[in-house]
Amino acid sequence: MTTLVEAHGLKKRFGDMTAVDDVSLSVSRGEVVGFLGPNGAGKSTTMKMITGFLEPDTGTAQIGGHDVWRDPAAAKAKLGYLPEGAPAYGDMPVADFLTFCGKMRGLRKAQLNNRLAEMAERVRLTEVWSRPIEALSKGYRRRVGIAQALIHDPDILVLDEPTDGLDPNQKHEMRNLIREIAPNKSIIVSTHILEEVEAVCSRAVIIASGKVVADATPRDLVGSKDDGRAIQIRIGSPEEASVIEKIKPLADGAELEVMERINGSTRVLLRYNDKPEDTRAIETRLKSADLPVEEVGIYRPRLEDVFRDVTTRIH
Amino acid sequence: MTASLSSVSVVFGREFRAYFATPLAAIFLVVFLALAGAMTFFVSGFFARGSADMAAFFTWMPWLFLVLLPAIGMRLWAEERRSGTIELLMTMPVAPWTIVLGKFLAGWAFTGVALALTTPLWITVNWLGSPDNGVIVAGYLGTFLMAGAFLAIAACISTLTKNQVIAFISAAIVTFILVTAGLELVLGAIRGWAPYWMTEAVAALSVLEHFQRITQGLIEAPTLIFFGSLIVLALMINTFLVDLKKAQ
Ligand SMILES: Nc1ncnc2c1ncn2[C@@H]1O[C@H](COP(=O)(O)OP(=O)(O)OP(=O)(O)O)[C@@H](O)[C@H]1O
Ligand SMILES: [Mg+2]
Repeated sequence: MTTLVEAHGLKKRFGDMTAVDDVSLSVSRGEVVGFLGPNGAGKSTTMKMITGFLEPDTGTAQIGGHDVWRDPAAAKAKLGYLPEGAPAYGDMPVADFLTFCGKMRGLRKAQLNNRLAEMAERVRLTEVWSRPIEALSKGYRRRVGIAQALIHDPDILVLDEPTDGLDPNQKHEMRNLIREIAPNKSIIVSTHILEEVEAVCSRAVIIASGKVVADATPRDLVGSKDDGRAIQIRIGSPEEASVIEKIKPLADGAELEVMERINGSTRVLLRYNDKPEDTRAIETRLKSADLPVEEVGIYRPRLEDVFRDVTTRIH
Repeated sequence: MTASLSSVSVVFGREFRAYFATPLAAIFLVVFLALAGAMTFFVSGFFARGSADMAAFFTWMPWLFLVLLPAIGMRLWAEERRSGTIELLMTMPVAPWTIVLGKFLAGWAFTGVALALTTPLWITVNWLGSPDNGVIVAGYLGTFLMAGAFLAIAACISTLTKNQVIAFISAAIVTFILVTAGLELVLGAIRGWAPYWMTEAVAALSVLEHFQRITQGLIEAPTLIFFGSLIVLALMINTFLVDLKKAQ
């Protein structure tokens, strides 16, 4: 498989703060990499360095075999980029803006018109085609940004939060679009929506505080935490702390960890050093102690849990 | 090379149209024409002078342009940085200088439009008497060159901020210094304490000196070089600053 994006040892400091710390990433044709991380983790900064907008302090980035700093024109010609927030010239109608972007990318005449027509249809912009961008809703503006990134049918796509601000139908369409074009391209998408990663990405790269903390397929990421050594229970009571105290002596020496609190119920993990005994037995024991416990079962982590786990650990 | 030229022209086209995308351009042109007219007819007494030339008009140009060109140049980069579109521009497969040049030429062409709208005055002068049209052509050439220099400086300064108002004020101050450098008032103040070469250097920077010579009909190499190198130098610094400031 051809590697279309190759970033090596990217580092960027802003004053005293290291925003990106030694990030390496390589993406082959056909891969869709989901770029994840908490706010301020350094996703956008990394993308800016890969696209040649921001010069790294150290490290290199290659796009389609061309170094983005030594041979910027060749590298950028193969790249489509949606910057964070989907910036665009607000005073321009959608058609003019996309024409401008296409021309800057070297498209002319029939070829340009074909691409414009395709974008109007595929990204569904026909309705707003001659409206000024500043008069569009946030979702439409985001779509104009996507169209701009796709106008020259680039081999490499870097999309910074492409589905931010889209309604559920639009998100669904966007995912379909990415899936459709993926086989011939290398795509890097950053997102905060984890189900999206499971739906479209062949790989998930998680960064925290500027460092890569996980890089695997979504399935493997989840699998790596899925060792069957924990039991998950749900407590349906607002007095969670006292309930947890009462569970402790009944849990065979498990380590208790609160996973999340939703709508007055709390998800608690009982972690064991080894595979736990029969979950049934534990369930019966807890219930006979008259504790408000529901849904006792072996813990099958979700991507969300893995994300929280790898990004909140102290590095 | 053809690719570079074509990206200059694509940027030029977008920027030139952008001036007319808002009513601002129209307001601008009206204000310029009104001020130019008021200065020429009322302050300088165009008719009372009784001579068929446009000196009364050209005299005011440095002072009008001092305000006008920072206003034309202020949005060129400040707005690009504020809205984040600079990130799109700088990830296009074109050399940054082509973008700098395209933007500059668009602003300059807009100034050209403003100047073209003053030609009724030229026609009037010809109708009233028989002026030396060669001198008037030289006057327009000088005015246009000076506009280019002021605009290049304004564009350069607009890379330093995301705020158009700050860009405007800073550019107006720098241009004011350039215009006044040759005034006896300023030179006299320096002469008292500064070494001779410094006084000469300040005087040589004077836009007014060069401008006055060209509006008298003297199209001379030093004047052309003066304005030409101001433009080129400012655009080079502009290209450098865009790269330096784009991501901040
Ligand atoms: N131009 C800049 N000057 C100073 N600090 C910056 C600059 N750009 C980014 N940072 C800092 O670098 C860190 C990483 O920012 P970045 O935008 O890459 O995060 P992110 O992962 O994209 O976050 P989000 O999910 O919120 O988009 C942040 O702490 C941010 O404040
Ligand atoms: Mg970001």
